[in-house]
Amino acid sequence: MRREGSPWTGLWAVFFKEMADHLSGLRMRILEGLILLSALAAVYTGSQALRQTVGEDPYLYLKLLTTAQDPLPSFVGFLSFFVPLAAIALAFDAVNGEYARGTLSRVLSQPIYRDAVLIGKFLAGLGTLAVLLLALLLLVLGLGIFTLGVPPGGEEVGRLLFFFLATLAYAGVWLALGLLFSVLFRQPATAALAAIGVWLFFAVFFPILTDLFATALLLQADPFDPESQLRQASLALWFSRLSPNTLFAEALTAILNPAVRSLGPILITQLEGAVLGTPLPLLQSLLLVWPQLTGLFALAVLLFTLAYVAFQRQEVRA
Amino acid sequence: MAVIATRGLTKRYGRVVAVEDLNLEVEEGEVFGLLGPNGSGKTTTILMLLGLTEPTSGEARVLGLDPMREPLKVKAQVGYLPDQVGFYGELTAWENLRYTTRLLGLPEAEARARIEEVLRRMGLWEVKDRRVSAFSRGMRQRLGLAEVLLKKPRVAILDEPTLGLDPEAAREFLDLIKGLKAEGITVLLSSHLLHQVQEICDRVGLFHKGRLALLGTVEELSARVLGGGYEVLVEASPGLEAHFQTVEGVGRVEAEGGRYRVLATRDVRSELARIAVAHGELLGLALRRPSLDEVYAHYFKEVAHAA
Repeated sequence: MRREGSPWTGLWAVFFKEMADHLSGLRMRILEGLILLSALAAVYTGSQALRQTVGEDPYLYLKLLTTAQDPLPSFVGFLSFFVPLAAIALAFDAVNGEYARGTLSRVLSQPIYRDAVLIGKFLAGLGTLAVLLLALLLLVLGLGIFTLGVPPGGEEVGRLLFFFLATLAYAGVWLALGLLFSVLFRQPATAALAAIGVWLFFAVFFPILTDLFATALLLQADPFDPESQLRQASLALWFSRLSPNTLFAEALTAILNPAVRSLGPILITQLEGAVLGTPLPLLQSLLLVWPQLTGLFALAVLLFTLAYVAFQRQEVRA
Repeated sequence: MAVIATRGLTKRYGRVVAVEDLNLEVEEGEVFGLLGPNGSGKTTTILMLLGLTEPTSGEARVLGLDPMREPLKVKAQVGYLPDQVGFYGELTAWENLRYTTRLLGLPEAEARARIEEVLRRMGLWEVKDRRVSAFSRGMRQRLGLAEVLLKKPRVAILDEPTLGLDPEAAREFLDLIKGLKAEGITVLLSSHLLHQVQEICDRVGLFHKGRLALLGTVEELSARVLGGGYEVLVEASPGLEAHFQTVEGVGRVEAEGGRYRVLATRDVRSELARIAVAHGELLGLALRRPSLDEVYAHYFKEVAHAA
């Protein structure tokens, strides 16, 4: 049975309402404060460390973002920790919260489709995070100019742009996950807990699992046959890439460090003629992480689709 | 033309039947009451009429449109007040309605004018800048009705509109619903508080376990089920049942000492008074419209006995 009328009707009304809610909400203020403080701290210590070598490094700003100084992790480290949390915090009560307040049936009785509600909520979450990230990046750049006294180069700005897009894709994954759980679970608290559970699994337990897996695989390999060792190492790497965190980390590594030429095991023969340590151009780095970026994007789309299907089939009455 | 028409409308959740074989026609401009206890299929019927739930079988037409195929056109002309209507508590009344006008796609100036109009009409203009979380149940309900009017609907569907309201607020709210009828809006309301809504409904449909058991005006139903559309309470000397029974139009007489309850198809007060005076003393005489609660209870007692 075909339904008539556009599924986009009302999309922007939902988008702007949700975005306004996010931006003015207390929840977002707390997150913003947290992220801002930790990011500034990371950048400050990074810039202190970089001051000595200002003249020597062509990619000063990329270093600024990735330099960690004990006990603080780098700016990027902080971000990959906070972005999933912020995304989950924005999405975990998106749909079940409307049920709980009794507003969903009222909204859906307006001349709009459910598509508009779900897509609007997803885009609003993504928009909010984009604004937050962009503000943060510009702030860091400004702080960098202030403390280091060197303007960023064009190539650096390009890389920062792709860093921004990759982070957005990563945020999209967690946003879609939060949205999915907010459709599946009627209690917002359950949805939040489940989403944080998944995040904890990938942040803490999954690396342990991949380590165990890799060790087991290596033991299986024939110690006198490098080919079999290579095969097992590739398998272990493939396994670790099932996690969005790995994909994101790899994408950042290549984007923010132009010297990175490979994200997997590399044979000495492949390095023949390479001038080690020379930076790759932006497009080559991008080529390197294209699979990772595609993977993140696909995962976000997949999770959103699941949420979409579940939401379409759900009964309106609470 | 019937504004709302259903044919064989059925909804099953697994093996549970929520609504079964519903055939219903609501005429333009009438107030139709969908009555029955909780869980008898009223809300499910309403959701199917709005295209928010897919019927298992059968079909529905609202304003001649199929709610499953053209839900946007249906919902643009049909206002819906859900039971336990909720608003965004952190927004003001005005902002909540503003969001609705955006969903409706109304232009800015028109939206402002309409919001002011409906808020004034519902007596909420003074509190338009107050957050809805501070609203009482009655105020929320009126805000819900304001939202329904925002659309300038041809049909208003109200689910349990008086639920949770105190008697005074409920009466006021029913008056507001009467106002909709005066404007020519067709009203379909559902309720389990039969006595409360019976007087504003032109026709009612009584639901029982997913089936529409009875359909008609309140008088018709009480005539059919209780044997009389008029109920006269008489206080007189004892032992007059047989005499009362002879009056034309009297269906049933229940006596308890000197108190009689006479059910008739017409107003038989004068005859009863004459009989009572002729055979003794007449102490009291009152005409009461039978309540739908009685009709309901009586009908389903009979159904249960027959089964």
